Amino acid sequence: MRKGVKSIETKHYEERDSFFDGLRRMDRRGFMRLAGLSAGIAAAKGLVTPQSFQLISVAEAAPSARPKFSFAYISDSHLYKKELNDRFVRSLVRAVDDVNRLDPQPDFVLYGGDLAQLGQKEELDLGKQILKSLKAPVKMMVGEHDWFLDMGEHWRALFGEPQYSFDHKGVHFVTLMSVNEKDFWTARGMTPMERMQTVAGLDNGLQSRFEVGQPGREWLKADLAKVDKNTPIVVFSHSPLYKYYKPWNFWTDDADDVQALLKPFKNVTVIHGHTHQMLSNQIGNISFHGMLSTAWPWPYAPEGLPSLTVPMNRPDPFSNFDGCGDGRMDVLEGGLVDKLYNLWDRDPVTVKATYLASNGKQDRPPSSRLPPY
Amino acid sequence: MKAISFAGALTLATVAFAGDNAAPPLPLGLSPKLYELTVPKPPTPAQVALGEKLFNDKRLSADDSVSCATCHDPAKAFADGKAQAVGIKNQVGQRNSPTVLNALFLATQFWDGRAGTLEDQAKLPILNPIEMGMPSPEAVVTKVKAIPEYSAAFKQLNGRDVTYDDIAAAIAAFERTKLSGNARFDRFLAGDSKAFSAQEKRGWALFNGKGRCNSCHAGNAVSPLFSDQKFHNIGIAAHKQDFVQLASEAIRVVRAGDEQQIDRLALETKFSELGRFLVTRKENDIGSFKTPTLRNIGVTGPYMHDGSLTTLWDVMDHYNKGGIPNPYLDGGMQRLGLTEPEIDDLVAFMFALTSDDFQALEKKEFARQRGLKNKRPERDTDAAMGKKGNLGDLAPNPDIKNPADVGLYGPVVKAEK
Repeated sequence: MRKGVKSIETKHYEERDSFFDGLRRMDRRGFMRLAGLSAGIAAAKGLVTPQSFQLISVAEAAPSARPKFSFAYISDSHLYKKELNDRFVRSLVRAVDDVNRLDPQPDFVLYGGDLAQLGQKEELDLGKQILKSLKAPVKMMVGEHDWFLDMGEHWRALFGEPQYSFDHKGVHFVTLMSVNEKDFWTARGMTPMERMQTVAGLDNGLQSRFEVGQPGREWLKADLAKVDKNTPIVVFSHSPLYKYYKPWNFWTDDADDVQALLKPFKNVTVIHGHTHQMLSNQIGNISFHGMLSTAWPWPYAPEGLPSLTVPMNRPDPFSNFDGCGDGRMDVLEGGLVDKLYNLWDRDPVTVKATYLASNGKQDRPPSSRLPPY
Repeated sequence: MKAISFAGALTLATVAFAGDNAAPPLPLGLSPKLYELTVPKPPTPAQVALGEKLFNDKRLSADDSVSCATCHDPAKAFADGKAQAVGIKNQVGQRNSPTVLNALFLATQFWDGRAGTLEDQAKLPILNPIEMGMPSPEAVVTKVKAIPEYSAAFKQLNGRDVTYDDIAAAIAAFERTKLSGNARFDRFLAGDSKAFSAQEKRGWALFNGKGRCNSCHAGNAVSPLFSDQKFHNIGIAAHKQDFVQLASEAIRVVRAGDEQQIDRLALETKFSELGRFLVTRKENDIGSFKTPTLRNIGVTGPYMHDGSLTTLWDVMDHYNKGGIPNPYLDGGMQRLGLTEPEIDDLVAFMFALTSDDFQALEKKEFARQRGLKNKRPERDTDAAMGKKGNLGDLAPNPDIKNPADVGLYGPVVKAEK
């Protein structure tokens, strides 16, 4: 027998042992569920007796991996006035349709920021109008494109404060305003539009880096102080709460300080927009998930890509929608999330909580054979 | 060749010698390299003759009423002019009969690409209960074997009793000889500047420019079929009102992992609208069908996998408004903003892709389709021009020269004939 290959007998006894081992550890409800399940499968396969005992471990692992509830996400729509560009409008409408079609419906929808392209009233109003047709309630997060024309005045008028927290089915959710910048405009005598256009540019030496900022961190500290350390925490931020490629400002300057505040908690998930691409990162106890854009995909940064990221390949230049999409997060009983990327011109990609929590050792999502872009 | 009996060897040897590696003269416009790559060993005249006979023989069907040629009629450019194929007992299928011409160059066969070779393709319609209705491969073999002329011919050809594979191989051999080029388009490229009218030239420029047709139907000297051979959801399946519901049902079945059930679903009529998805089980393929070749497109209507569009004007109307929106619509679909004269130009260009052998048919078809020009169910000018709906911003009107002058088609190989 070749090395490393188990004989059929060995496999059988291993499966048998795990079957009985599983039985011992299971409560009655779990057993009834399993019995029904395996009987059903055996019947469906036309089997008299189950040939494999493997089912037991799947069923046993189920409780913590079972979704408790789900929420959907839409992000980075970068709307222009419709007269200037209706392609991005069309994309956001598509995302809304996608989410409205989800069955079962998500508990809520998180909008991940950059609703507008240049912070204009018309752009934000148009976005609000489109998001109104979502069936599930919407939670808003702010992006830099929404903010720097009037320093959030119109955004606040439409959606309220950009930093808040809420509890939902045993999970504590925090929405952070992570795109504050140090004043680079006053000394230069910039107009609001000049300031906005500078921030909207990808790589320029003028603007400062994003940060949650001292007041934001103080607020977060106070907010978390009320929460039990075993409670699962999900944080929403626009920019990644880690440091990813400074030249393009995929960077949050005080990320380390924010991470330190999250460290005492057992299950922490951070979900961000801004980068317009599939991104997965794990730093200590924190799982990070990057969200897709509905407007356009960015290429991956030339360096610093988080090692757990399974990158997408280059989008089809003939397609307006390729590399874009929306998504769904299944919040598991255990508190972490499975994330589903609903890529519009590709097959959906699921990144499981276990993939991140095991530091890439389990459940690696299938990767494209084509090179990343 | 190893298994032939001694008796047959002598005749075969001569035939094989004459046929081996000798590419037939190619019609103008087809690349010899493409032919060489596609057909490493050209079929022998004996295979082809037998295949042609089978292709036209209604005895391959359960009640002797339908042959391959019924739906792939040589006089109709190897299509049938019907919206959907009609099989035995006048049963109507779900899909339009595609032409056999140049089918040898296609990477996959059928609208959903479920067969990889012409041989595999040939086998399925004979057994399809709606098409030729034979109960089993064995039944086909028994029936063919009982016909003395076939029995003898197969024995001579292969040195053994006929098998189902041999029948399919013979039909495929015949189909591999069905090449098509020789269009006005090819003559124009080969240097006959008068072969193209001004309207056809404008049409070709639009085809490569504002019309965006070349996104999927690109033609060039190396790949002259005007098809990317991929699968796209352009919304035709969404004409049916229950499409989203249908897709969700199928996705649920696939997620549950019961692949057998989806096979059953594929045979049920309404699920055939999910197209390529039934072959790959990939969500991205829901409602997508193969990009057909545009060679002879003028004479192989009606159009689309279900034959639901009657004329090329209807086809242009469909694309002009950006297709039919549905959750799985190909991301390359967007409104085009083509004006009426531009649509006429594009249709004229497509008719110029008709092979010279079908000139009479082309004339007739063009007149018929033009006669229907004022009956245009797919026309939605407001959507096409962006006055309603959210169907995408237009590319700026391109200042595109004649693609032949720009060299978009690539160097044209001198004709062999």
